Amino acid sequence: MAVGTRGEGSQQALDPHVLPVARSRGYPAPGRILTWLYTPIALVVGIAVWQLAISIFNVPNYLVPTPGHVWDALRDGISSGVLVHHTIVTAREIVVGYATGSAVGIALGFLIAQYRVAERMIYPYVIALNAVPKVAIAPLLVVWFGVGLTSKVIIAATVSFFPLLVNVIVGLRSTDSDQLRLMRSLTASGWQTFYMVKIRNALPMVFAGLEVAIVLSVVGVIVGEFVAAQEGLGYYISEMNALVNTPGMFAALLILSVMGFVMSQIVKLVARKVVFWKQMDDIVEGP
Amino acid sequence: MTAPSDMIELRNVSKTYRTKRGGDVVALQNVSVNMEDGEFITVVGPSGCGKSTLLNMLAGLLTPSSGEILLQGTPVKGPRRDVGIVFQSPVLLPWRTVFQNTMLPVQVQHRERKVYANRAHQLIDLVGLGGFADKYPFELSGGMQQRAAIVRALVHDPAILLMDEPFGALDAMTREQMNVELLRIWRDSRKTVVFITHSIPEAVFLADRCLVFCPRPGRLVDIVDVELPRPRDLPVMNTPEFGRYVQRIRSAFIENEEAPSEGALVSNL
Ligand SMILES: Nc1ncnc2c1ncn2[C@@H]1O[C@H](COP(=O)(O)OP(=O)(O)O)[C@@H](O)[C@H]1O
Ligand SMILES: [Mg+2]
Repeated sequence: MAVGTRGEGSQQALDPHVLPVARSRGYPAPGRILTWLYTPIALVVGIAVWQLAISIFNVPNYLVPTPGHVWDALRDGISSGVLVHHTIVTAREIVVGYATGSAVGIALGFLIAQYRVAERMIYPYVIALNAVPKVAIAPLLVVWFGVGLTSKVIIAATVSFFPLLVNVIVGLRSTDSDQLRLMRSLTASGWQTFYMVKIRNALPMVFAGLEVAIVLSVVGVIVGEFVAAQEGLGYYISEMNALVNTPGMFAALLILSVMGFVMSQIVKLVARKVVFWKQMDDIVEGP
Repeated sequence: MTAPSDMIELRNVSKTYRTKRGGDVVALQNVSVNMEDGEFITVVGPSGCGKSTLLNMLAGLLTPSSGEILLQGTPVKGPRRDVGIVFQSPVLLPWRTVFQNTMLPVQVQHRERKVYANRAHQLIDLVGLGGFADKYPFELSGGMQQRAAIVRALVHDPAILLMDEPFGALDAMTREQMNVELLRIWRDSRKTVVFITHSIPEAVFLADRCLVFCPRPGRLVDIVDVELPRPRDLPVMNTPEFGRYVQRIRSAFIENEEAPSEGALVSNL
């Protein structure tokens, strides 16, 4: 039902930085240092194997570039400002679309959870629309909103919207029944119960939705840029692709990965700060 | 009709639950009893005898199917501000500190914060949580959480304190200790307390009067005046008088046993 209750399924499997989670479980100090070192060691080994494989099997540069070539492409792109420009464009599209879609999703989720009329009028259609693969409507959005920033923002907003909407509804409706009874016994009004208990109870779900939505936003914007764009990392990748400039593609992919990782880490960090009692529960009582 | 000293009055109170499958469950049948101001009443009986149903009706969370409940002379129509409740689980809000949790009734009922903040701190000290006021529930043991829940029930100075098996989830030793502390708090605050339990010794240890309930249908079968001297401490449980009270309640269960299948329940006690 709800999207990614803990919100960390897919993207964690991809990034090597999940190791720090193990650290927080209270490993002894020497083990900790070793654990810290695993990540950079693996990186160095990985790069060495990459370089070695290419020279041993004589892989041509247009298929797989060497780490050195990628590094050159990255350095040139950054120093000339080209990659910097495209990165800023893409980041702006992601952030604006994500923020807009999340805000609308939260607001509409709140209405649907609180008012039966809204539920009856909106919810069935929202569920039906959710079945449409959002990425597939990217070409249409480009036709409607042009090749510029607007169409990408709308794609990111569309993909962010659903996880937030669904999770807000589930979060607001899954309030602990004991807490509701407590509030009732204290003669609390519906509004008091809402802002003192229900919102707080919904927050973990809301943040789970936000964590899923940021990942989807990155994908959405890149797909939008693939379809039609004049700037952005997605545009840059397809340009490099046309020129068979594989090192350039690798450089853009690298930046994109780092950007996606940083963004989702920021969301997780905020979640950990806001929903502080949830993690504490987990540590004290186990899963 | 109503004597002025009656804090709680139940007149022929019955409660029948209508279940979805069509069958009716008589949870309580014709309960009539008066409780005086400042009295410590315990309600004891095996599970399913309608104890929680009784408490929820006193709290205004459930309405009787027939009969009438009066608190301080006025009929119960819903939850009231002059009642404090402790449930079986502490139900602390995990995002609030102990102090913030205990202030919840004050906040909900728009009472004057300054006055009651002092009271909250005093009560927190009284239940032995001094120094834990700014801790979060997840930093507390189960016993400490339940103490915080007791403070929350008392903070707005209600005339009546309702407790539904409040120490049922605690280990035996913590539980006895909590009983002693509860009596101390009660002695200082002089609330009318209705305390629900399925433990006969606990019911006797705490009570001025003990209401004995039996199941199927849930009904009041005996009222035991416990005249053990106060203040009471744990050793009183080893006295012959204490044993006689326990025995009397136990035999009330046995006498009112209707079906042989219930023998198992009685021997469990
Ligand atoms: N909401 C309900 N709907 C139907 N039956 C109920 C409900 N609540 C309690 N009962 C039934 O009423 C009887 C008394 O329940 P309860 O008051 O919880 O007893 P106790 O607290 O003494 O264990 C039980 O047989 C129980 O199954
Ligand atoms: Mg019960």
